[in-house]
Amino acid sequence: MTEKLSTAAPGATLPGTGMPSTTAAPGPGAEGRQPPSNSPRRLLEVKDLKVTFPQHGGAVTAVRGVNYHVDEGEFLGIVGESGSGKSVSSLAVMGLLPSSAKVEGDILFEGKSLLGRSDKDMSRLRGDGISIIFQDPLSALTPVYTIGTQIAEALQLHNKGLSRLAANTRAVELLKVVGIPNPERRAQSFPHEFSGGMRQRAMIAIAIANNPRLIIADEPTTALDVTIQAQILEVLQKAKELTGAAVVLITHDLGVVAGNADRIAVMYAGRIVETGTVEEVFHKPSMPYTIGLLRSMPNLATAGHSRLVPLEGRPPLLSNLAPGCPFAPRCPVAIDACRTSEPPLTAIAGDPLNASACLRVAEIAGGVLDRRHLYPVPEPVAAAERAEVEPAKVLEVDRLQRHFPLTKGSVFKHSIGTVRAVDGVSFDIRSGQTLGLVGESGCGKSTTIMEILELARPQAGMVRINGTDVSTLSGRERKALRRDISVVFQDPMASLDPRLPVQDLVAEPLTVHGISARERLEKVRNVLDLVGLDPSMASRYPHEFSGGQRQRIGIARALVTDPKIVVLDEPVSALDVSIQAGVINLLQDLQEKLGLSYLFVAHDLAVVRQIADDVAVMYLGRIVESGPAQDIFDNPRHPYTRALLSAVPVPDPALERSRNRIILEGDLPSPTDDITGCNFRTRCPLFQLMDAAGQDRCLNQDPEPRPVGPGMVACHHAEHIELMGAAAGSRPGPAVGHQAGPEGP
Amino acid sequence: MSLLDELPGADTDTAGAETPQSAKPVSRSRLVFSRLRGMPRFWVGVVGLGAIALWAIFGLVPNAWNYTDLDIYNMGSSPSRLHWFGTSDIGEDIYAQTIVGLRKSLIIGLLVGPLAAIVAGIVGAVAGYLGGWWDRVIVWFIDLLLVLPSLFLFILLSPIFKSLSWVALIFLLAGFGWMIMARVIRAQTRSLRERDFIKAARFMGVDTWTIIRRHILPNVSSLLIIDATLGVGGAILSETTLSFFGFGIQAPDVSLGTLLAAGQSAAATRPWLFIFPAAILVFTVLSASLIGDALRDAVDPTSGANRD
Amino acid sequence: MRAAKADPLIGFITKRFINYAILTAIATLSAYALASAILNPAARYLGRNPRPSDETINAILDNLGVNPNTPVIERMWNWIVNLVTQGSLGETIHNTTVVSEIAARAGTSLRLLIIGTIIAAIVGVVLGVWGAVRQYRFSDQAISYGSFTILAIPSFVLGILLMILATMLNNLLGMQLISFTGEYTAGLDGGWWAHFWDRAVHLLLPTISLALMGAAAYSRYQRSAMLDVLSADYIRTARSKGRTRGSALVRHGVRVALIPMSTYFAYSFATVLAGAAVTELVFSWHGMGEMLVNAITQSDINAFTGAILFNAVLILIAGTLSDVVYAALDPRVRV
Repeated sequence: MTEKLSTAAPGATLPGTGMPSTTAAPGPGAEGRQPPSNSPRRLLEVKDLKVTFPQHGGAVTAVRGVNYHVDEGEFLGIVGESGSGKSVSSLAVMGLLPSSAKVEGDILFEGKSLLGRSDKDMSRLRGDGISIIFQDPLSALTPVYTIGTQIAEALQLHNKGLSRLAANTRAVELLKVVGIPNPERRAQSFPHEFSGGMRQRAMIAIAIANNPRLIIADEPTTALDVTIQAQILEVLQKAKELTGAAVVLITHDLGVVAGNADRIAVMYAGRIVETGTVEEVFHKPSMPYTIGLLRSMPNLATAGHSRLVPLEGRPPLLSNLAPGCPFAPRCPVAIDACRTSEPPLTAIAGDPLNASACLRVAEIAGGVLDRRHLYPVPEPVAAAERAEVEPAKVLEVDRLQRHFPLTKGSVFKHSIGTVRAVDGVSFDIRSGQTLGLVGESGCGKSTTIMEILELARPQAGMVRINGTDVSTLSGRERKALRRDISVVFQDPMASLDPRLPVQDLVAEPLTVHGISARERLEKVRNVLDLVGLDPSMASRYPHEFSGGQRQRIGIARALVTDPKIVVLDEPVSALDVSIQAGVINLLQDLQEKLGLSYLFVAHDLAVVRQIADDVAVMYLGRIVESGPAQDIFDNPRHPYTRALLSAVPVPDPALERSRNRIILEGDLPSPTDDITGCNFRTRCPLFQLMDAAGQDRCLNQDPEPRPVGPGMVACHHAEHIELMGAAAGSRPGPAVGHQAGPEGP
Repeated sequence: MSLLDELPGADTDTAGAETPQSAKPVSRSRLVFSRLRGMPRFWVGVVGLGAIALWAIFGLVPNAWNYTDLDIYNMGSSPSRLHWFGTSDIGEDIYAQTIVGLRKSLIIGLLVGPLAAIVAGIVGAVAGYLGGWWDRVIVWFIDLLLVLPSLFLFILLSPIFKSLSWVALIFLLAGFGWMIMARVIRAQTRSLRERDFIKAARFMGVDTWTIIRRHILPNVSSLLIIDATLGVGGAILSETTLSFFGFGIQAPDVSLGTLLAAGQSAAATRPWLFIFPAAILVFTVLSASLIGDALRDAVDPTSGANRD
Repeated sequence: MRAAKADPLIGFITKRFINYAILTAIATLSAYALASAILNPAARYLGRNPRPSDETINAILDNLGVNPNTPVIERMWNWIVNLVTQGSLGETIHNTTVVSEIAARAGTSLRLLIIGTIIAAIVGVVLGVWGAVRQYRFSDQAISYGSFTILAIPSFVLGILLMILATMLNNLLGMQLISFTGEYTAGLDGGWWAHFWDRAVHLLLPTISLALMGAAAYSRYQRSAMLDVLSADYIRTARSKGRTRGSALVRHGVRVALIPMSTYFAYSFATVLAGAAVTELVFSWHGMGEMLVNAITQSDINAFTGAILFNAVLILIAGTLSDVVYAALDPRVRV
């Protein structure tokens, strides 16, 4: 069902009568608007908002006195880690908190208080004056109604006079606006027939259906791949332009707000700790938390050159908050006063819009405390501790293949195609080196590592570990070889059996190899110490540890057999941003101390750039480009690599606003599709720039990886990659791509 | 095939993940217990079942009559000081008979519930973890047993069991009481099999039986405990129904079912012959199922998490 | 793509139907084999006085096709051949055909089953939804404890309790308002209307008994299905569009919460059949439940297998029906 997406240009043009016609139609909420004035008007004002949830064992105050406002047409970014209260405060605005929650303070929308209103009263405003876009678009749409019905429902709820037919027509128009190809047909589809990106587009269509004055987007791109994220952010910007609505974008990703928001509010432990314009917060942060967050994030533009600066500790538990600044236990410049009273949000340099909740804000803003040296940069591993490694190939993968038959038919099953999950993947890793395997979900990177870890004969191709072809192994030899290769999974909670204490978990690989209990205990203590955990905690259970500590347990288990190769499957992507840096640093240190080789699988390119020596980029079961990390990140030669890199948001507003962004069209094609020639050509921006002869090669010849520069590239036109930059450069600004149409200012 | 996979298989392991919100990480069992303590249903069930069990053990002590005694001077008398629950037509003391019947029913229920849960756990885990042909054969067998109402099979098999002791009935009831739970366990195991910690164990080289014993069974144990509890009531109901129609417990053994059968004809005219054993039976089953239901709610983190 | 949209639906239901049909066949044949192994049809004649000769008994058994001296496989084959070629299920030991016996009794059982199940489903769903929406309020607690109590009562006890209550009511009113023994009053004078009324009154208590048990079970299940839905994200989305909580729950919630119910209905149907059989026996109805029990006590293999086949076909129909409802409710299976 996705094959159509890749070829059709989504919503190439807007009907001239599309959005503006409805702007003119007076909505039911229009009479509430104030007469126009010159200065921007306050649309939303949140005053001293407190939200408390009763729980057994005491109430938890998730939001503790939040103040912010949104002007008409403004784009506000609210940034915070999980549990910082950012989503709760926005649900409070919508009046969608559970009835058990206690809300205090005040919320004014267009000057009128929203608190204490009845559900019926609020429902007239929801979807009309304020609308919201939720994080997970799969569960957010009712599975049993078509997309068209669900959009039409939003229209008819606020315009009782609208006929069913008119509502459906409008729904199709809205789908076109958000860039869904074949909107007439897709309106008849059910949510499960849509990809994640398309569902999120449909959510945006619902949100803008009634031309709201405020759109709240709650982590709208968190569940999506980076190229799809770029598409959705673009649609969101467009929706904002069309409706003139103000947008509140809630996210944990500083990069996402950097290029889009006008102002930012940073939340920590249920409060806003810093606010200001994007430039102020990113370039002159004055709250140590913001400074630490920015320093600890791997940044695609700078990663790999310096060590990350970890933000030690974890956010406080809101159920028993100590007095004083909640960040004080993690703050490198905390003074005694920080631990006694909580600092209010105070204006910096008299500007009420730029404020910070830190006692030492004046010192930081004034330069007495240097932002750059606030946090100590961790020392690299001393030369004496580094392991000697002989440059040998420890893992060789040659033309590895894994195809799954796709069957259809309910009575008599018949094969209707093949899913080419892994389709001839080759790479090798030398001892002491890290290969970063990157790609979006569905590209086959997980299947690749599972095939390697099975240590079984592959469908086709070869896997060699330490020079031994795994398909020749006997059962006993295979078991013995498992000592040499271990794995760390993405989600530390899911990869540790909750029913076993840490010592049993970490020792489990040793039990397989018949090692005595005494030796096991000794070994467990050693590895726990190695990963920075107190060996005395070995008798505890996984749930007693924080996310970062759990991942350390996972790493300890992977190291307990003294392996040569560690497969790291997205080892930091389930962790909060501030925790990631510590784990990445640990992995780097361990590699140097123990001479490990890493196969590092990730979708986060910045993390890969930080840790990898070599990089291989996967697309639809193939490696499209591989080579030294430095070279690939600085000078990508495959159009997919280039698009992928350009889609990654960088937490630097100046960079983010000036750079040219390549936005890929459509979704990843279904792996069952038979695409002749190059399998990227359906979305390839370079393909479209080629002349007929060049396109002909893409259409008919499957490009083999060939050496271009220092790496391998599977593209016929890698030498002409600069054309892409030129083409993108001719269409500057954030509203790039095919959708920059007549709706411009 | 997946007829029953949609049954509410509680996701047994997300509860722990959510605990860091509270002051100190709480272990899972303590969390479950603290939830249980807040449920009136649980206490009603525990107190009820406890009282019933104590009564079954010590209830005969203050009574003057044994269950085989015949009081020929008081035949068919209504409840009195002498015969607390009245007597039957031939002068049997109903109070004594009820207690003896209750003992038998309780023993059957308390053994059948856990026994069926053990079978369900093993069969479900094997089918779910091994997959392939094992899975297909087991699922087909379960489906087959679900198509034939087990009551009819009990009745069909009763000629064999009539000749054996009443203990055989325990195995019969357990042998037909595991199917539904086995399907739930199977579905749960299938999702567990895709979990990273099972994959991790496999990639370490841990063998299949160790994985089932060490990782899968402990992780479905809460479901099995619930099933065992709910199975107690179900087994008592099955036993009494069979005995009522003469296919279960045979004379001279007494169970609540045979008592009810004896009292049935006089139910309208001399209600004590029927009402007392029936009330005890309903109270026992109700207590067991209240505990089971409270356990299910306490273990399943999403139950009662009505966000609105 | 669009034209093919209906096909997977039919394919899905066909697949499920074939699955059930095979299960039905295997279940019936296993029942036949099991009955042949356990029941001893000769015993009935051995106890007669004067005892018939072995030849006579053999001849009778051969005639019925239940002679244990013939291998089970052969007898089963003959049974299948008779069923396929003549539509015959053999003869009972009372020299009537099994088919006519079923024909005489099926109506009685079906009337009880169909009316009871429909009432149970409607009442169960309504109570379940109500309980979930009013979770932990008084009405939810009352419904919960009520259904737990009913589920703790064996069906025969429930039937007898209803009879005791009816007797008390009749005594109180001093007239026979509610009759409950048998299916109708034998030798009743009067016109069509009187007969109809008589049957309806007789139907009352068994139907209440069956419907109460069904409703109690369904309401528990519907309540938990609805609770799952209550906290679903799409309810929040529907409210964010401008629906009130109540309207979002009815329009989006109940619709989704009915989906698992259709599956539950199929698998609980065997239990309902057993409950109906017990109810028939308690109220002295001459239905299929009685036929089945009598067949076993009288060692009548043909009648037993016939009754099992009847039940299995009912389960087949119920299962297919619930799949149709499932596919109609859930677009996700139509892919």
